[in-house]
Amino acid sequence: MEIKGNIMVLAEVRSGNVHSVTYEMIAWGRRLAEKTDVLVDCLVLGTGEGDFEELIRGGADRVLVVSPGMPDSRLATPAASLLVSAIRGERPDIVIAPATTYGRTIMPIAAARLGTGLTADCTDLDIDPKDSLLMQTRPAIGGNIMATIKTPRTRPQMATVRPRSIKPLPADTGRRGEVVRKDYSLEGEWQERFISFIRSEEGDANLESAEIVLTGGKGIKSRDNFKQLAELAGLMGAGLGATRDAVEAGWAPFSCQVGLTGKTVAPKVYIAAGVSGKIQHLAGMITSDYIVAINEDPKAQIFKVADLGIIGDAPMAVQELTRAFKSHSEKGEGA
Amino acid sequence: MDIVVLIKQVPSTANTRMDPETGVMIRDASETVLNPLDEHAITEAARIKGRFPGSTVTAITMGPPAARRVLLEACARGADRGILLSHKAFGGSDTLATSRVLAATIRKTGGFDLILAGEKATDGETGQTGPMTAAFLNLPVVTFVNRLDVEGDSIVARRIVEEGEEEVLVRLPALVTVVRDINNPPLPTVRQYVIAKKIIFPVWGPQDIGMEEADAGLKGSATRVAKIFSPRLSRNTTYMEAGNEAKMAAAATAILEVLKGRDLMKKGEGHGN
Ligand SMILES: Cc1cc2nc3c(=O)[nH]c(=O)nc-3n(C[C@H](O)[C@H](O)[C@H](O)COP(=O)(O)OP(=O)(O)OC[C@H]3O[C@@H](n4cnc5c(N)ncnc54)[C@H](O)[C@@H]3O)c2cc1C
Ligand SMILES: Nc1ncnc2c1ncn2[C@@H]1O[C@H](COP(=O)(O)O)[C@@H](O)[C@H]1O
Repeated sequence: MEIKGNIMVLAEVRSGNVHSVTYEMIAWGRRLAEKTDVLVDCLVLGTGEGDFEELIRGGADRVLVVSPGMPDSRLATPAASLLVSAIRGERPDIVIAPATTYGRTIMPIAAARLGTGLTADCTDLDIDPKDSLLMQTRPAIGGNIMATIKTPRTRPQMATVRPRSIKPLPADTGRRGEVVRKDYSLEGEWQERFISFIRSEEGDANLESAEIVLTGGKGIKSRDNFKQLAELAGLMGAGLGATRDAVEAGWAPFSCQVGLTGKTVAPKVYIAAGVSGKIQHLAGMITSDYIVAINEDPKAQIFKVADLGIIGDAPMAVQELTRAFKSHSEKGEGA
Repeated sequence: MDIVVLIKQVPSTANTRMDPETGVMIRDASETVLNPLDEHAITEAARIKGRFPGSTVTAITMGPPAARRVLLEACARGADRGILLSHKAFGGSDTLATSRVLAATIRKTGGFDLILAGEKATDGETGQTGPMTAAFLNLPVVTFVNRLDVEGDSIVARRIVEEGEEEVLVRLPALVTVVRDINNPPLPTVRQYVIAKKIIFPVWGPQDIGMEEADAGLKGSATRVAKIFSPRLSRNTTYMEAGNEAKMAAAATAILEVLKGRDLMKKGEGHGN
């Protein structure tokens, strides 16, 4: 297969540091590059510091560092302007960025300026062997449908990609690549000034990095039952998740929502209790290592993605698990 | 302050189902609602209008003729006027083409200080229309905003990002996309609807906004839906029947074993801490 430019991966820079989600994007880039025989360029905007060799060990062929004149990586206009300059200069065929607040802000600005298409929130990327076009797949409205979108006429083909939709590649210490400093300049002025950033102490971030996630859906049945589920999560050291319907019922705050409109998680063990498994929910948890589903309906779609499927009452499962955990930790404390 | 609010008619999610046989979406066109986040955008515009007497709020939507209903709702919620962009040339627009149409409309009407949009719509869920429209208008954009204050010729906007909240100062005119925390939209009253019903909404096509037909709709779109499919989901599922308490206790033990096997149950680290 042949495509006419490299694959550009936009690094996520937070507070002057390259964020780990960048390695996931590089992994996507590598997967596409293997099919097309082009280079994976990782574009770093807004910081001149960092272990760029690490990005090469993570799968990049070149790291393009655009640092001078960059006032603050958080400001959309200058970041998007540099991204546009870099795309014009490098002429990549494909540009991907994480579907984070950063990527979701600057990618649309850049796509509009370049007059090209952008697909949001992809969960899968591939190259069509027939026409060498990027196949951008994302969940679509309506329950259980996925849509594959192409950008046939304009270049580059741009996509934001859900965090945790792929595992980063293991660091390859033997990989060789280049770190190239580029001095693309900022076009025009910008009217934004950064005032402050306040890191939240809240447990949100914990949900995304938790090794166990326990999620409740409508099948939990009541607010009280959901409270018990939350206590169980505390007992297990698990992050607490909720479906959108559970959030809408007022059982859990929006910050717990897992899925297309909520958070994406990929824990070692994901436990879904009373969750039907609509595609919008699956979009937020399908890359978990091991999935346990508890549902009274043996035909529930969640079982199709489960490793362990427990057919039964979700509130009862919460009770039994709580009992099991309590007796385990009592035994454990003595040992 | 002259404010524009971009609003969209979306299928009410409760009524969007998939035909299990054909995989086709069943959408009842009559069951559409104003995109929930756009309610927040309008409410914010109305709030700002209240603070600066003499302000105007214009709601703009691109959609089928029936979308005039969301303009009506916007006016009941505080907008002074509405513009409906409806024309066959607009059909099938992706976010790029939609944003081009919205930007052309705003350019045409001119002279705005602030443009508000929802962070995303519940149907497409792209969240791209706001930033793209801003880019076409060459305006700064602040996304994911959960607090907005107008101060002189600028705004101070607080945005919610992954690891916390940040504040930025932006000189107007600018475009802001809002998240649901920004306010609690009250339900419009019957009286507000009665007043809104008197407002006449102009219906515009490409000519009215000085746009080439080929830049809108499917023709003006850069993306194409290549296929729609139901994903093939499969893992090798081990099933356990747990129809009574004893069986559920066994299932709970099985879950504990899974956690132990992955070294996720550390002995002695119970709930004591
Ligand atoms: C654009 C869009 C975005 C969306 N984004 C998200 C998102 O981010 N996250 C999300 O979760 N959803 C999202 N949704 C909603 C999603 O489509 C589903 O409606 C939602 O995930 C369903 O939640 P649920 O599984 O809790 O409820 P339901 O679908 O009502 O499922 C409840 C399940 O519980 C089972 N059950 C009932 N009683 C019991 C019992 N006693 N014991 C055991 N099981 C029981 C039932 O068999 C059923 O399978 C989105 C929808 C749209 C259209
Ligand atoms: N057809 C449209 N007409 C007017 N505004 C729109 C339209 N589509 C999207 N928007 C605005 O853009 C926001 C994000 O929509 P989306 O990019 O579709 O997720 C919405 O909340 C609206 O404010």
